[in-house]
Amino acid sequence: MTEPEVEDQAAGGAIDTLRRRETPEGVEITLRLAGPVPRALAFGIDLAIRGGVYLALTPLAGLAGIGTGLLLLALFLLEWLYPVFFELHRGATPGKRAMGLLVVHADGTPVAPSASLLRNLLRGVDFLPVLYGVGLVACLVDRDFRRLGDLAAGTLVIHREPPLPATLPAHPPLPPPVPLDLATQQAVLAFAERSPRLSPARRAELAALAGFDTRATADADPAATLLGVANWISRGKSAVDTPPAAATAPQAAPAGASTAASTAAGERAP
Amino acid sequence: MRQQVFEATHAGTWRRLETLLAALEARRPPGPAVPVQRLPRLLRAVSGHYAIARARGYSPGLVSRLHTLVRRGYRQLYRPRPHWPRLLVDFAARGFPQALRRHAGLFWLASALFFGPMLAMGLACAADPTLIHSLLDGEQVAQYESMYDPTNDKPGRTPARQADEDVKMFGFYVWNNVGIALRTFAWGLLAGAGSGFVLVMNGLVIGAVAGHLTQLGFGTPFWSFVSGHSSLELTGIAVAGTAGLLLGSALLAPGRRTRSAALRVRAAEAVPLVLGAMALLVLAAVVEAFWSATAGVPPAVKYGVGAAGWLLVGAYLLLAGRGTAAPDKHDPWQRAAAQPGRVQQAQSQRPRQAHATGARPWT
Repeated sequence: MTEPEVEDQAAGGAIDTLRRRETPEGVEITLRLAGPVPRALAFGIDLAIRGGVYLALTPLAGLAGIGTGLLLLALFLLEWLYPVFFELHRGATPGKRAMGLLVVHADGTPVAPSASLLRNLLRGVDFLPVLYGVGLVACLVDRDFRRLGDLAAGTLVIHREPPLPATLPAHPPLPPPVPLDLATQQAVLAFAERSPRLSPARRAELAALAGFDTRATADADPAATLLGVANWISRGKSAVDTPPAAATAPQAAPAGASTAASTAAGERAP
Repeated sequence: MRQQVFEATHAGTWRRLETLLAALEARRPPGPAVPVQRLPRLLRAVSGHYAIARARGYSPGLVSRLHTLVRRGYRQLYRPRPHWPRLLVDFAARGFPQALRRHAGLFWLASALFFGPMLAMGLACAADPTLIHSLLDGEQVAQYESMYDPTNDKPGRTPARQADEDVKMFGFYVWNNVGIALRTFAWGLLAGAGSGFVLVMNGLVIGAVAGHLTQLGFGTPFWSFVSGHSSLELTGIAVAGTAGLLLGSALLAPGRRTRSAALRVRAAEAVPLVLGAMALLVLAAVVEAFWSATAGVPPAVKYGVGAAGWLLVGAYLLLAGRGTAAPDKHDPWQRAAAQPGRVQQAQSQRPRQAHATGARPWT
């Protein structure tokens, strides 16, 4: 089956903080690299957490020898193995999770013990001479924002998934005035999906840029015309007949029908 | 197929994958009711839907929802799941000594950088009582002298620390010594110079203290204190230095790789060395805190234990794991080394899956 090459927004070829990787399933996923600023903020949060844990443990020092010994052990673990523990169990430290970051191998899989140990032990050199000086320079020089520890371990720090975009708002479908190519169709769809979050003035401004001839339609508002075209593209004429609830929420489809459909698509439940 | 029909047809599959992923991503491991065995099939199906949605130009919202599902599924399916007990036993029984023997040359170099200055400085300080002051200031010298004063009940501790409990010293030795070893390793990234510097400096200080105290006549308390843990601690530092030099060698002599590729490979090889050094130093801290300072043990017994320690450490590093195969190259410790090659290949040639897994450049 020959399918046309599509420049779509999901893969965003032009944006230079996106990295494409092919999964063994044969599809391409996109990793969104995290720059120095969110990472520095994440480090700040982690520092605060570590400091808090250490302060909470200081009453141990009251237990004379044993308490001091345990306190020093805790200090050692917090200093060196805190990031390793959280990266192996949760994918990232609490600070990174709070910033929506994730540590992965170069191919996008979660980090394994060897790589996690390496990138965190080498913090010792990234931290030189003060406050991640070396790490920051490496981060800014490298096109993947990797500090030295990441370079040696072959890891990346990426953003987790962005919040899911809104679904297409329902509107009576309108046929496009002229046949649209795939890229234009996608632009129209993207506009329709974003339109609930745009101010009316901005919506009208963007819709006017599309330059559709709206005289033929009953609806003279260009934004509404675009919404109609978007519904026509994605739902076809039949959208008029379907109740809007089912049209906007495919999850509400009857369970029996969807099972049959997915079985037909090749996915078999064991 | 219109997008709406497509969505209606496959929504059930997407919802099942979504539910399964939510269970897998939860903090607690999934219970028996979660159908984890469905993950590969579901992910394959949804990957197909994602590819179709992109190729047909369905709305960006749908494409990015599917993309998110695929990314989450990919992370769950290909997450490394190390089997810790087997991994650690394997590491202790053969992984560490085999890794060290693979880099025997660098180990001897690190040992020379460490023990050479130690020996020279020890002999010099034994001959010249003032020489130690060129290295340590008066306060430090006085502290070492008071630690090993023969009138001390517990050698190896300053009089102020006499009452301290062994656990406290254990915590201190771990925090201080293992921290030094880890820094020795990390600073190896500075073309090996950082590791070399730490090795030489530590060698000089240890040698100076040993020579100085012997010359003062404090030899018996000093040597009986250090003999017990010396084998573990000195070897541990030398091993940490080896790991650091291995990192540095990637920049100085990358061989037939680019420097960054050599760094990734050798850094992954250095991991067992660092872990081994950490283990040796933690063991050394146990011995140092709970055995070396015990009073009332005749020095001859302590010397005997020390000699036995050297024999055991030497035999372990020389013999353990000899004749057995190196640990499985697919084991999770080594994944980091395997990653870049695989990804580069996937990027440059876009091979089919069977081809990629058949000719994966592991080495």
